[in-house]
Amino acid sequence: MTMTAPEDTTVEVAAHVPPVDRARVLALRRSPAQGLDEEMRRGSGAAARLREVPFLTQVAIRATPGRDGSLTETLGLDLPTHVGEVAGAGDGNGLAVLWLSPDEFLAVGPDEAESGVSPEAYAGGLAEALGSERGQAVDVSANRTTLELSGSRARSVLEKSCELDLHPRVFPVGAAVATLLGSTGVILWRTGEDTWRVMPRASFATHVVRWLLDGMREYR
Amino acid sequence: MAADQTRRIDAGGAIDRSTPVELVVDGTTLTGFAGDTVASALVANGRLRVGDSIYRGRPRGILSAGVEEPNAFVLVHGDHDESMLPATTLELVPGLDVRLLDGIGVLDQKPDPAEYDKMHVHADVAVVGAGPAGLAAARAAAATGARVVLLEQDFRLGGSLLASPAEVVEGVPAAQWVEQVRAELEAAPEVRVLIRTTAFGSYDNNHLIAVEKRAEHLDGTARDGIPRQRIWHVTAAQVVLATGAFERPIVFADNDVPGVMLASSVTTYVRRYAALPGREAVVVTTNDSGYAAAHALLEAGASVQVLDARDEGASPVVASAAQAAGLRVRTGCAVVGIDGDASVEGAWVARIDAEGALVGDAERVVCDLVAVSGGWTPNVSLHSQRQGALHWDDDLAGFVPTAAVRNQHLAGAVRGTYWTDGCRAEGDAAGVAAASAAGFSAASRSTVIGADAVAEERVARAGRTRQLWVVEGREGGYATHFVDLQRDNTAADVLRATGAGMRSVEHVKRYTSISTGVDQGRIGAVNTIGLLTRVLSGDDTRAIPPGQPGQDETASGPAAGAARPTPGAIGNTTFRAPFTPVAFAALAGRSRGDLFDAARTTSIHPWHEAHGALFEDVGQWKRPWYYPRPGEDIDAAVARECRAAREGVAFMDATTLGKIEIRGADAGEFLNRLYTNAFKKLAVGKARYGVMCKPDGMVFDDGVVLRLAEDRYFATTTTGGAARVLEWLEEWSQTEWPDLDVVCTSVTEQWSTIAVVGPRSREVIARMAPDLDVTREGFGFMEFRETVLASGIPARICRITFSGELAFEINVPTWYGLQVWEDVAEAGADFDITPYGTETMHVLRAEKAYPIVGQDTDGTVTPQDLGMSWIVSTTKDFVGNRSYSRSSHRAADRKQLVSVLPLDRSLRLPEGAQLVEPGALGDYTGEGLPSRPIPMLGHVTSSYHSQALGRSFGLALVKAGRDRIGQTLIASFEGRFAEVEVADAVLYDKEGARRDG
Repeated sequence: MTMTAPEDTTVEVAAHVPPVDRARVLALRRSPAQGLDEEMRRGSGAAARLREVPFLTQVAIRATPGRDGSLTETLGLDLPTHVGEVAGAGDGNGLAVLWLSPDEFLAVGPDEAESGVSPEAYAGGLAEALGSERGQAVDVSANRTTLELSGSRARSVLEKSCELDLHPRVFPVGAAVATLLGSTGVILWRTGEDTWRVMPRASFATHVVRWLLDGMREYR
Repeated sequence: MAADQTRRIDAGGAIDRSTPVELVVDGTTLTGFAGDTVASALVANGRLRVGDSIYRGRPRGILSAGVEEPNAFVLVHGDHDESMLPATTLELVPGLDVRLLDGIGVLDQKPDPAEYDKMHVHADVAVVGAGPAGLAAARAAAATGARVVLLEQDFRLGGSLLASPAEVVEGVPAAQWVEQVRAELEAAPEVRVLIRTTAFGSYDNNHLIAVEKRAEHLDGTARDGIPRQRIWHVTAAQVVLATGAFERPIVFADNDVPGVMLASSVTTYVRRYAALPGREAVVVTTNDSGYAAAHALLEAGASVQVLDARDEGASPVVASAAQAAGLRVRTGCAVVGIDGDASVEGAWVARIDAEGALVGDAERVVCDLVAVSGGWTPNVSLHSQRQGALHWDDDLAGFVPTAAVRNQHLAGAVRGTYWTDGCRAEGDAAGVAAASAAGFSAASRSTVIGADAVAEERVARAGRTRQLWVVEGREGGYATHFVDLQRDNTAADVLRATGAGMRSVEHVKRYTSISTGVDQGRIGAVNTIGLLTRVLSGDDTRAIPPGQPGQDETASGPAAGAARPTPGAIGNTTFRAPFTPVAFAALAGRSRGDLFDAARTTSIHPWHEAHGALFEDVGQWKRPWYYPRPGEDIDAAVARECRAAREGVAFMDATTLGKIEIRGADAGEFLNRLYTNAFKKLAVGKARYGVMCKPDGMVFDDGVVLRLAEDRYFATTTTGGAARVLEWLEEWSQTEWPDLDVVCTSVTEQWSTIAVVGPRSREVIARMAPDLDVTREGFGFMEFRETVLASGIPARICRITFSGELAFEINVPTWYGLQVWEDVAEAGADFDITPYGTETMHVLRAEKAYPIVGQDTDGTVTPQDLGMSWIVSTTKDFVGNRSYSRSSHRAADRKQLVSVLPLDRSLRLPEGAQLVEPGALGDYTGEGLPSRPIPMLGHVTSSYHSQALGRSFGLALVKAGRDRIGQTLIASFEGRFAEVEVADAVLYDKEGARRDG
């Protein structure tokens, strides 16, 4: 975990606010697929399992590689340069930066409950690091949730509705792309030989969970 | 059990005699064996006759043993009856209960409970067809380590080899060779062999679409949990088409009587299924291949005579084999007619001349089977779907591919290679070439014969095919000379088409309906084209526009007076997907019912559900529509919700609004150029409503923009406009103004937005955010604050209204949405805070004439039309600005937004109701159509009952509407008329006194 809190974050809070117990606040979060835990557990089997990995820190980055101020220093990672590339922790254990377009990236790191770094503050630090360069770093941690599909038939489940070539020769561990699962846009990230992260936007989480569970029935 | 299989040959065949399988046909139980098709089981039981023909009701029989079948269609009874399945490809499985169809199916009205799904796979080499060519190609490609997908429509591998199991291939019997190759393929880790899988579409980028039958062949509970059919999307770097060829019938009188069967199909029934279609057979052929059927029949104990339409007879090898077997062969002869109606009782045989006319008298030959071979047509459908070139090969008497399309390869009978070792050699070479082109290399094992040698040998080995397009009958006319059996079209129909002036094969097709049936011309197309060569002159064919598949490129047809045109002068009809019929249910896959489309829900959705909300679809979103209490209808619920918002406090889930963060030194300039009003000078901490127009000056979207920092803005869009507004910003930023320092990111789903509305909303917000100064002075209208709620959750609170009331919007990260909503409900409980949905939102905003883009606008409405000239800057330029100087945009009779008040205060006009001048109706009573057009002035865009006004009202776009305020117009709807008064658009709180509480 290389995320560190920036030293002097500018916070635009108009009112004076007394310190709060962050752990108590974090306990108030509800993840987009939270109510589907039991459905996912029941739908999982030896060959295909589905669970939510909630509350990962996510920062949307717009930046031009090479002209990003001290962004990469602050990240501790170079920005990925081509489609599918993930800089950093390709297996999802730690900080990773996913390539989404030539100037569009998604930094993904652990839950604040684990790292102790608030996503807002972290995104703010990255924005600071961009300085006057063209670009953006925005906290989008709640924008998508992360579903983890694993098992020997996980790839088959995905192949039912993903048109991309998921063969390891083409889509190795540590690759991630923005694509469609059926009719729904997701980020698809291979974090292990048989483990995939599927990241739909929050409002699509229920649909994507049900869609994946439907595809998994055959392999239960 | 086998006793009733009177036509089952004692030995041989790829059937499992230890597994009898019962079959119910039209209520009668028959028995076949595992490995049979429904058709082969019928043949084994001595039944060739199937349903009658579609239009003429003529008895018909099993013609073929494959997908080209035009007669033997069945309806399979089940949970969902399925129609028009060819009995010739329908695998015999326990429990089959079928009805023979008379050429037309019946769509079962019950829903199909079966599941269908899809799979997307990628391959280095995809091979279509698993005959000798396809198997050799797949094996060669697999040996290189390439990813190979082999698609075979049959339930067995082998293709033509299934009908010649004893033929020697690479030194072993064909059946054994197929097993060897199969074992090799199955052992290769990167190979996928799909049987029962028909590649039915071929598209750019080597994208093949196939349908796999997955469950129909399984017994009982084995089917559970397995989708019935699966659509395979196969994208391959290289494709090998080894799709084989179809045999053509011969067009003679009464050639549709049951017992007339394609010769190669006779061979298939005898050798693959050990089922004897006839005991006394006549084989009539225009080429060497028909002799195989004669040998098969003879070996099975039938009596056979061969009629070879060629004067010279078969090529030497075939002729001497016939002689050695003791086959009786007559050359220069053909069948000229059939005796029998419901079954062949005899064939009329005669010598024929070069035109196919009888020479001398016909002789009646007693027989119960006539096996016919009119030559072969390469199965070029997938090749031709990709616009692969074809040409007429006069030696092979067929349309053959000229060259494979890019990144594709052709092997075997699809190229006109009609002998096994030639197919195998071509397949081997194609597999190696395909793998190599995909980046995998290995040596070809084709040592017996090279692919080049195959090309040289192709014509010699096939023998000459006589192009016998029609055989004259004993009596004149062609009314029973069937060309397309499925569509009941005869040679007489072709003549009628040409007599009516049709020349192009496409016109003849549509004039007659030939080739429009289930078999898509596999039986009749080339014979039709051949017939056209007999009746069209060179002048006729020169008049045919170029561009048909297989049509000669140069000016077609011989000179006037020269020999007849060839089929190449005419060309083929266009080949399109699907190659064979595919159920719509299969194409839909799992996108049915609840999975049809994504239902987007907000983080607060569980609360809405728990509190009885009814939902409205807004795009993919499920938004609460209203929250009826027990006994309430929509009107009562909405009135209650409106009252709460106007008199107390109410709250709404506004999460679905689009949200975009914009950053850059030029962000203000960028927004200035895209919104009609100015944002560059908006102070940090303030918000402003903005309207965006297209270059034509018409309203495109609207929303509120916050300035978060000097270089950061936060824009909201309409719910439905979120994606297109982001694309709009990206388009202008990337393509027109790349010099501006500005970037955008969608944050729609990062934030949950809760609107707290009403005179008492300030008290609720004060409880929610105790550290915030919520006083009128401390928190002004169109300002926002970053704060931390009493719960500790950080929030951004805005003072924005979409109702005219004092109102706040609380924005929190999505995962806190439900908690904060519940907190609002609790904080407002003392004030009887009321949740409200989209219906109440619409009423409240309409009372204030706040337009909804897409409801009160339709892409033809300017901000000025909406009465919002104040939002159109006159001091800066922006997208759409130039259009406002156009005369059309300044015209006095433009439709303008006004309100309309029905004189009947309880009448709610339907949205869309037309508005006309009172005098314009004339004598029109609303019955039927008016005698002349009545000029319309506009239409109602929104219509509600207003709880605040105690009456119904609407918004409307009316020509010169603002000049008509006070006038009475007629609203016309559903055959009724109602008087309405035109009024100022804003009906409630015109002074805007309520927004500050």
